[in-house]
Amino acid sequence: MIPPMQTAPLLRIRGLKTQFALREGLVRAVDGVDLDAHAGKTLCIVGESGSGKSMIARSILQIVSPPGRVTDGEMVFQRTGREPVDLAKLDPAGKPVRAIRGRDIAMIFQEPMNSLSPVHSIGDQLIEKILLHHRLSRHAAIDRAVEALGRVGIPDPRQRLSNYPFELSGGMRQRVMIAMALACRPALLIADEPTTALDVTTQANILDLIAELQAEYGMGVIFITHDLGVVAEIAHEVAVVYLGQVVERGSVDDIFYNPQHPYTLALLSSIPKLGARRKRGQRLHSIKGMVPHPFNRPKGCPFHTRCPEARPGLCNLEDPRKLELNEGHIVACHMRDPAVLTQAAEVTV
Amino acid sequence: MLAFIARRIVYMLVTLVAISVMTFFIIQLPPGDYVTAMVAQLNLQGTTVDPAEMAALRARYGLDDPLPVQYWKWISNIVFAGDFGFSLQWRRPVADLLWNRLGLTFVLALVTLLFIWAISLPIGIYTAVRKNTVGDYLATFIGVIGLAIPNFLFALVLMYISFKYFDTGIGGLFSPEYENAPWSLGKLLDLGSHLIIPTIVLGTSGTAALIRILRANLLDELAKPYVTTARAYGVSERKLLLKYPVRVALNPFISTVGWVLPTLVSGATITAVVLNLPMTGPLLLQALISQDMYLAGSFIMMLSALTVVGTLLSDLLLAWLDPRIRYT
Ligand SMILES: Nc1ncnc2c1ncn2[C@@H]1O[C@H](COP(=O)(O)OP(=O)(O)O)[C@@H](O)[C@H]1O
Ligand SMILES: [Mg+2]
Repeated sequence: MIPPMQTAPLLRIRGLKTQFALREGLVRAVDGVDLDAHAGKTLCIVGESGSGKSMIARSILQIVSPPGRVTDGEMVFQRTGREPVDLAKLDPAGKPVRAIRGRDIAMIFQEPMNSLSPVHSIGDQLIEKILLHHRLSRHAAIDRAVEALGRVGIPDPRQRLSNYPFELSGGMRQRVMIAMALACRPALLIADEPTTALDVTTQANILDLIAELQAEYGMGVIFITHDLGVVAEIAHEVAVVYLGQVVERGSVDDIFYNPQHPYTLALLSSIPKLGARRKRGQRLHSIKGMVPHPFNRPKGCPFHTRCPEARPGLCNLEDPRKLELNEGHIVACHMRDPAVLTQAAEVTV
Repeated sequence: MLAFIARRIVYMLVTLVAISVMTFFIIQLPPGDYVTAMVAQLNLQGTTVDPAEMAALRARYGLDDPLPVQYWKWISNIVFAGDFGFSLQWRRPVADLLWNRLGLTFVLALVTLLFIWAISLPIGIYTAVRKNTVGDYLATFIGVIGLAIPNFLFALVLMYISFKYFDTGIGGLFSPEYENAPWSLGKLLDLGSHLIIPTIVLGTSGTAALIRILRANLLDELAKPYVTTARAYGVSERKLLLKYPVRVALNPFISTVGWVLPTLVSGATITAVVLNLPMTGPLLLQALISQDMYLAGSFIMMLSALTVVGTLLSDLLLAWLDPRIRYT
């Protein structure tokens, strides 16, 4: 068992809700999420696409696009030498949250193609962000940009400043994004599927780079992915999300060696295992059914429509509680709830 | 960048040569020539013209030469001597008629362009940022009306209003006392006050169209990931809007440089007639009807040249603004 964390988490999220009030109805993109991210550690958020991973990331920085907004919950962020701040309480357009964006919490995105302005040079965009958060001369800002570009392994960084994004490859662009994130030495780095759009070799390079920089600067990292192979490689902690809820979270060992939630089990059985000889005719499992449309969100446990263990009359009616199986390993499933199971045993006896 | 400019200039010259040939060819297309048109006119008035006299006239104007020779005479005089020939109908050098009208048309085009930009930039940004609010709907409504009202009707209405309530003169570009006066501050102010109505009439539909284009482009740009990136790095909302998407959404603005002049020339003829503006449109129409070939040809040639130069200018501006164009 992992010893309990002594210090308060860098970012502690409780009951986070992010909703879109549309004419067609309310979309609950994030629905009561609890997460902890620690300094120097990597928290991986996994889930199918559309499960709300990006919305969690955007909620942290209060950059959910309208009409979406953070409606409930708290996100307490510890800043070195200063009072902790609840990000959920900050005005999305206000100065306090802008001072945190990019400075204390930096984010890199999935689309290295479009995440940089096509009509401004790399240097222009990097230096702008540095000057926004630091009282530096332009000259010093340029040096800092060059240093950051060099640090992420971009050759001839000073020459690159005058390049435009379309002159660089996808991998190079993602390195520029990482350089931008690093330039202000953030305490927390949020990476939203940063390698999804890249080829496998580039992906490995980028993952190595992030791990290396994390070790060097002691950053906390929240890494969003739908690739369990990546999770196994880099995560310390894992949170599995489904339809805007965390259905299971725990240490990487908890999730891979002692998975509890039926959805986690289904995800794990859908990854091919290299070298494991499959029996004749045995196929990879895919999770049956589709992610429900957010407007027809199922009542009760969100996964019950696709869950092989779902019990009618319970799972489709009542929300499961968040059950702490052991220190830090939390699962939200009726079928793992001792109270439910003993009750059921009494009924059948 | 230099190579880009050089290439564009070569294209421009080729285009101009092609236009000059086309222009000359088209002017010659209608049956007959200036002399036949003139004789028909005289016949209507009851005067008969002696065929020998017609032949003499033809010979004097060089109308019997083969077409390539006529073309070469015409174009070489323009290019090498700046001589646009002689207007058969007005019995004056074409250049006299040309520069005056062309100058005023050009001034009007410029003022209209500035009017279109000044109105549509702020409104376009406003409607995009305040999408689906009362202000947005109001701007859309007014814009659609602006597009739908025919210009000549709009011109008549505005003339009526200005005559009735502001007691300004109707039509023309100058009040009678300044008509033939030399240039002075008073004349300039007088011209300015006369330009208001034509500018509004000619600029409204362009403004309405540009507002819609800017709004659509801006909404597109605002949803792009790079805007989210900038926001995620603490860039303020105002700067986010002005530094990034407006910059990209500005492209159609630059393109207007290329199309305002031709639309003014071809689309504004009726308005110019209604408002009695000494612009190119009415004169060109007349020259074409009477087959006054040098006048018509020179007009078309100069307007085409201005349009091509305008397009070149807007392309260069675009390339300067958007590096992606520069390098491809
Ligand atoms: N602009 C929007 N309007 C309405 N709903 C949205 C909008 N953006 C996202 N959502 C909702 O949020 C859900 C989660 O999206 P997202 O966080 O991007 O998923 P992921 O990153 O896990 O693929 C989507 O399924 C969608 O229902
Ligand atoms: Mg996503």
